[in-house]
Amino acid sequence: MMFVPGNNPGMMADAHIYGPDSIMLDLEDSVTMAEKDAARLLVHNALKTIDYGKTEMVVRINPLNTPYGKKDVEAVVKAGVDVIRMPKTETADEVRELEAEILKVETEIGRVGETRIMAAIESALGIVNAYAIATASPRMMGIALGAEDYSANLKTNRTPGGAELLLAREQIVVAARAAGICCFDTVYSNLDDMETFRKEVELIKTLGFDGKSIINPRQIEVVNEVFTPTEKEINKARAVVAAIKEAQAKGSGVIAVNGKMVDRPVVLRAERTIALAVAAGVISEEEAL
Amino acid sequence: MRNSKVVSLEEAIRRSGLQNGQTISFHHHFRGGDKVVNMVVDKLAQMGFKDLKLAASSLSDVHAPLVEHIKNGVITGISTSGLRGALADAISHGLMEEPVVFRSHGGRGSAIANGELKIDVAFLGACSSDELGNATGHGANSICGSLGYALPDARYASHVVVLTDDLVAYPNMPQSISAADVESVVVVDSVGDSTKIAAGAIRDSKNPRDILLAKQAAKVIINSGYFQDGFSIQTGTGGASLAAVKYIREEMINRGIKASFALGGITAHMVKLHQEGLIGTLIDVQSFDKVAAESIAVDPAHREVSAVEYASGQHLGSATHALDIVILSALEVDTDFNVNVLVGSDGIIRGAIGGHQDTAADSALSIIVCPLLRGRIPCVVPHVTTLITPGPSVDVVVTEYGIAVNPGRPEIAQRLKEAGLKVVPITELAAKASSIIGKPDPLPFGDKVVGVVMNRDGSVLDKIYNIQ
Repeated sequence: MMFVPGNNPGMMADAHIYGPDSIMLDLEDSVTMAEKDAARLLVHNALKTIDYGKTEMVVRINPLNTPYGKKDVEAVVKAGVDVIRMPKTETADEVRELEAEILKVETEIGRVGETRIMAAIESALGIVNAYAIATASPRMMGIALGAEDYSANLKTNRTPGGAELLLAREQIVVAARAAGICCFDTVYSNLDDMETFRKEVELIKTLGFDGKSIINPRQIEVVNEVFTPTEKEINKARAVVAAIKEAQAKGSGVIAVNGKMVDRPVVLRAERTIALAVAAGVISEEEAL
Repeated sequence: MRNSKVVSLEEAIRRSGLQNGQTISFHHHFRGGDKVVNMVVDKLAQMGFKDLKLAASSLSDVHAPLVEHIKNGVITGISTSGLRGALADAISHGLMEEPVVFRSHGGRGSAIANGELKIDVAFLGACSSDELGNATGHGANSICGSLGYALPDARYASHVVVLTDDLVAYPNMPQSISAADVESVVVVDSVGDSTKIAAGAIRDSKNPRDILLAKQAAKVIINSGYFQDGFSIQTGTGGASLAAVKYIREEMINRGIKASFALGGITAHMVKLHQEGLIGTLIDVQSFDKVAAESIAVDPAHREVSAVEYASGQHLGSATHALDIVILSALEVDTDFNVNVLVGSDGIIRGAIGGHQDTAADSALSIIVCPLLRGRIPCVVPHVTTLITPGPSVDVVVTEYGIAVNPGRPEIAQRLKEAGLKVVPITELAAKASSIIGKPDPLPFGDKVVGVVMNRDGSVLDKIYNIQ
């Protein structure tokens, strides 16, 4: 998910050419008070006029308790946004309040139920309430960590290793999995240090995240490299899936691949590996079957 | 020393026999640091010359003082490869009565060699010279490396004056300009600003669009069918061009492929590949940076060539005839694959033909790399503002929205598609640009011809009208 300032038409016009899975046009922190209205208009028109192809379009709105939040919801829902990202989410009630706002606009334009919600969790209270937030609405598609505000709230600092984020990251992954939705990690801002960035992406992949938030197209390649299964992993996954299909055909429950017993979690992992390989474009959907 | 040719600039001019109405010439190897053109034309004005024709290999921002000399009637005609800055702006608005004649580097070389462009007195800056006029692009004060664009002038001009700020003891050899061609040597305080003559190596672009374009261009080359052991290549100095070299290098190493030669303006990037053993010979008409300028002085496989040897369309055996792959840039490409590298979308001259026409025409595979959009300006358009390189010599256009292949090269389109690249009709790219930006208002051109674009065979390709 690539962050693009909502007040930069040049970047908004072609952010999708770099191939991010989703683009988050930002109306919140990257836009100054004086530019809130202009940015909202820009984002509205960008969503309506630019052909972003298959890229999932997300808009980060201002909090609903600011003078801008509700206007943001109206503008982006009317423009047909896929996902609204709610910043600084701390409670399930806030999600339900956003849901009501969205429904109001959707009803007005006759597009009920199309807009999904992603909640950014950026405080200790939000982390404590992560599962309640993740399950607050059927519109919830994911939760994400906002690390700058979170670490400030914890009264600590960001470190290269990210020790201060460990609990929050794990909590978000666990809450998302329990709720059956996606989870996304925070941004990494130092564009000149691709090595540390890569380590961070490897870490969050291991923790179970579905993806990473990025601030520059140059980071896309690293995320894709880390998340794209290797040829070896794909072949192994295919062997598992093939074996389970064969076993099912024979009516057998337990199977073995290369002498190791394969149980349900192994099959699920194999299926996820293949799904990731298809998403990354290294194998086609036909090849995955 | 005996027979020294060293004289003052004024004396050199007097000895040259230069008359009003005649043609003087200059090279552009000192790029934005050049002091020679302004110094010589100032002196000519001071001596009372009028109606001179200035034939430069190229002109840039630093030559803005020529505007006054044009207004005063000292300069009444210009031929060049390019124009930029205040001079270009004034000429675009109709400063001169006589249109500027634009030629490619190879086209200029041919025109000088066949007498179409007759040079009466060439004023050639050199980084060093001895008293007889053996001159090079290496000196104590500055280095520019190759003097390739000055060599046709040195050979064919009726009278040659070398200007240098580093007079060295005879023999200054190996020399670029031979004393046999030189009539006078003038020692000046400075031929140019050394920091602008040869900058350090250009840093790799971090612009994500450049990187995206570069990766696509590299994929086109790798899958074009021409990426084979012994291939040859020329690239420009744009961010995308240089970044493409990086990806091509990786693939050369992976596949164990080596290039026989790299041609053209040589950069530090090419020198690096050569030093790594990935490129056999560097054929250098212009050394683009300090690394290249230093390399040509010491490396026997890094060779200087003249503009004629580089890219003449009228001399069989010029290096472009042996060139496989060239990566070029563009201000505009149109749906017939015609390219404009000279006139901006505002109607103002802001570029140079350079070797564009020559390399596109002669190479086996010409690849234009340009963004579909530059801010609010579309770069793939229905019709180019000015025709510089005719569509039939352009094979592939790489943009961030897709790759277009000239319908005349179906086999290349096929290979790229098989490699999984996004090949689209060029009309689709133009439509995409138009859908995002809309249709620009037509430019307010007047009816005065301010420039004539020559094809490399000496025919007229297009005219540039004054912008209002």
